[in-house]
Amino acid sequence: MAERTLLDRLPVVHQLRQSVGLQRGMLVAGLIMTLVFLLCAALAPWIAPYSYSQLRGADGVNFGAQQPPSADHLLGTTVGGFDVFSRVVWGSQTALLVVVIAVLLSVFIGILLGLVSGYLGGWVDRVLVVIADAIYAFPTLLLAIVVAIAISGGQSDLWSGVMAAAVSITVVFIPQYFRVVRAEVVRVKSEAFVESAKVIGASTGRIMFRHVLRNATRTLPLVVTLNASEAISTLAALGFLGFGIEPTKAAEWGFDLNRSISDVAAGIWWTSIPPGLAIVFTVLGVTLIGESLNDLADPRLRARRRAAKSRTPADAVAATVPTAREELGEVQ
Amino acid sequence: MTIADPSDRVVEIRDLDVTFATDGGDVFAVRDVSLEVRRGEVLAIVGESGSGKTVTARSILGLLPETATASGAVILDGVDVVSMGREQLRQVRGTKAAMIFQEPSTALNPVFTVGWQLAEGLRAHQKISKKAARARAIEMLRLVGIPDPEHRVGHYPHQFSGGQKQRIVIAMALALEPAVILADEPTTALDVTVQAEILELLRRLRDDFGTAIVLITHNMGVVADLADRVAVMLNGEIVESAPARELFTAPQHEYTQRLLAAVPRLEIVDRTPPAGVSGEAVVQAEGLIIEYPGRLGTPAFRAVDGVNFRIGPGEVLGLVGESGSGKTTIGRAIAGLAPVSGGSLRVLGAEMNGIKEREFRKLRKDLGFVFQDPATSFNPLLTVAECVAEPLVVHGSARRASDARDKVDELLEAVQLPKAFGDRFPHELSGGQRQRASLARALALDPKLLIADEPTSALDVSVQARVLDLFGELQERFGFATLFITHDLAVVDLLAHRVVVLHRGRIAEEGPTAQVLGDPQDDYTKRLIASLPVPDPVEQAARRAAAREG
Repeated sequence: MAERTLLDRLPVVHQLRQSVGLQRGMLVAGLIMTLVFLLCAALAPWIAPYSYSQLRGADGVNFGAQQPPSADHLLGTTVGGFDVFSRVVWGSQTALLVVVIAVLLSVFIGILLGLVSGYLGGWVDRVLVVIADAIYAFPTLLLAIVVAIAISGGQSDLWSGVMAAAVSITVVFIPQYFRVVRAEVVRVKSEAFVESAKVIGASTGRIMFRHVLRNATRTLPLVVTLNASEAISTLAALGFLGFGIEPTKAAEWGFDLNRSISDVAAGIWWTSIPPGLAIVFTVLGVTLIGESLNDLADPRLRARRRAAKSRTPADAVAATVPTAREELGEVQ
Repeated sequence: MTIADPSDRVVEIRDLDVTFATDGGDVFAVRDVSLEVRRGEVLAIVGESGSGKTVTARSILGLLPETATASGAVILDGVDVVSMGREQLRQVRGTKAAMIFQEPSTALNPVFTVGWQLAEGLRAHQKISKKAARARAIEMLRLVGIPDPEHRVGHYPHQFSGGQKQRIVIAMALALEPAVILADEPTTALDVTVQAEILELLRRLRDDFGTAIVLITHNMGVVADLADRVAVMLNGEIVESAPARELFTAPQHEYTQRLLAAVPRLEIVDRTPPAGVSGEAVVQAEGLIIEYPGRLGTPAFRAVDGVNFRIGPGEVLGLVGESGSGKTTIGRAIAGLAPVSGGSLRVLGAEMNGIKEREFRKLRKDLGFVFQDPATSFNPLLTVAECVAEPLVVHGSARRASDARDKVDELLEAVQLPKAFGDRFPHELSGGQRQRASLARALALDPKLLIADEPTSALDVSVQARVLDLFGELQERFGFATLFITHDLAVVDLLAHRVVVLHRGRIAEEGPTAQVLGDPQDDYTKRLIASLPVPDPVEQAARRAAAREG
């Protein structure tokens, strides 16, 4: 195989180069939307004209409730008298925080459990699989609400609100990572290089972490991107249902949507549409990335350039007879 | 063989070039190949993996992948295949030329009966009633020697043995009476005794029906047994083409000579066992039983049944048997990878029956293991040096892989690999290089016992010869005892002091190599040795005649 530069080996960059046609369009669109989201989150203090909890301007005059869009308030003000544009921008920060914490927590716990369960097997495996299945069977939003109440106890400042949302999402996601990693571990476990490590006398821990783990996490980036978008919608749903974060502690899109319900009937569009669109764009962007990565990772779904590529003649032949190479000389 | 009559040529390939479009530019797979196959003739195309032999044969059926472009002419029974469209190709396939694949179990669809699959080929090309198709399927099955075809026609592929499946695949190829059959490694996946039967069947097709056969193989014994003419390919070109007898007696091209020299033959050398072999046994099995638990309701499967053998210090024991004989299971049990169910197995002084992994782990530094497939026995994410250093790190002679680099370089040198290979990843090495690195890893801790499970069966002949040479040399130098597991009697003959022949979990015969291979007492051993094709057409024909009379 030809040497690949470091740039080419970066996960998303590599796939971007690999993609063609519609799949490339999807990936690029997703990347742009996600980039805008990340920039908003990172640069919120500079982009947003006001703070998320600001009710009056520098001159001490109240913004006023439900003001239509104007030069002072690009997207008007909410029923509570907050600046809509500022809250939409600040909301991206909250969303990002929740996604990062939720995904980090669930990835680490899920991988660890999946590894232990898949490699050791036995009763540990059986118990963990049953628990994961039980969580699967539970309505995710209901579970998230229960966890949110348990953690924040109704009080919701920024951190307890973010943690409540993140942990409740984590609980829902762990079974997914657990399943993916466990399946991979079970596959890798039977490979000859794991047996050869056993024969050498490597300890169980060493085999698990040095030989199995790194070979079992290849599909995780896909699950992470897909879950990130799910995390955003779950957070919005929690906020919409009133289990989110108080408006004075942080901006949160779902909460703002909830407050704008009555405005819709009164013809006030600027309080509901901006946070709604923010949710749609962020979820869509991350989902597009996840879906395209998913398609690109699977050779059967990957679109190819007209002069499709294959590495060597032998590979090309092997591609038409699935077994040719593996079976070559595998005589018992 | 009749002399050049143009109408007699079933396949004529003229100046065939096949190019593959790849990321790194165009790659020539086949260059300037010209061949012809006459009616009733077996042409063997011989070469190592990547030599273009399969691509050449596939171009006859127009079965090249989309990335390939072919130029030149492939005239199959009077029509040019290269310039054909898709629909024309479909009509040619099956009726004028058919293909037999290497792995019969994947060439058959598991969810349909074999009768249905045979009829499918017929219906694709001619209007035929269901009843007539079934009758024809039964007839074909009988022709290829499936017993009780009226009954068996309704069975599914998994109900047949490997050899029978290959017979069915041959029957499918024959169904439309093609002028030529392309057989791509038709016996590589089969045991030697089954291989002999399939070769006999192919020979009968040629003699009775005048079918031309293009045989692709890397096994020179098969070539000697079946082929009338041989074309030797190297790097996409034909380097030599000659009648089989001529090629074997007087190879012209330097590569052919090298290829023939590399083929292991039964020479039956009496090897004196090393001094001290009668000392305390490294491995001692007494009434060894190994069972695999059955699924719910089925009894346990007994893979090894009451086996006794012993490996002395510094001794090479060859463990020979066909698939399912339990030879790999015994190797795995010695390495502690499979539990012992009954009897006694002492390895390096420890009783394996009921041992705990924790107790055995200390002994593992005296035990090396070389796996069959070098492609999968290395962690793909570690460099070769890290893989080779792994035993050193695990047993505490080095803290990190980088600390052991000096020792690793020494080991790589011992197995004749350049030091720089240590920084490569396993997939960047060829099969033979990987297997040598695997040997280096097994020898890292200077073990007392080495278990080699079919270490060369995934390699090309010339590569195999080098690895075996190296192996013998290292064994003499370091003096470790070895259990050499293989299906290839000729390989055992090259290395082993003593041989154990396994048959269905029991020992069929045991003794010094020269005695077992030169003067076999057991019927099964005799059959095994008789089935092994000798890479010499004249001798092979004589053996065949003798076997037919006896």
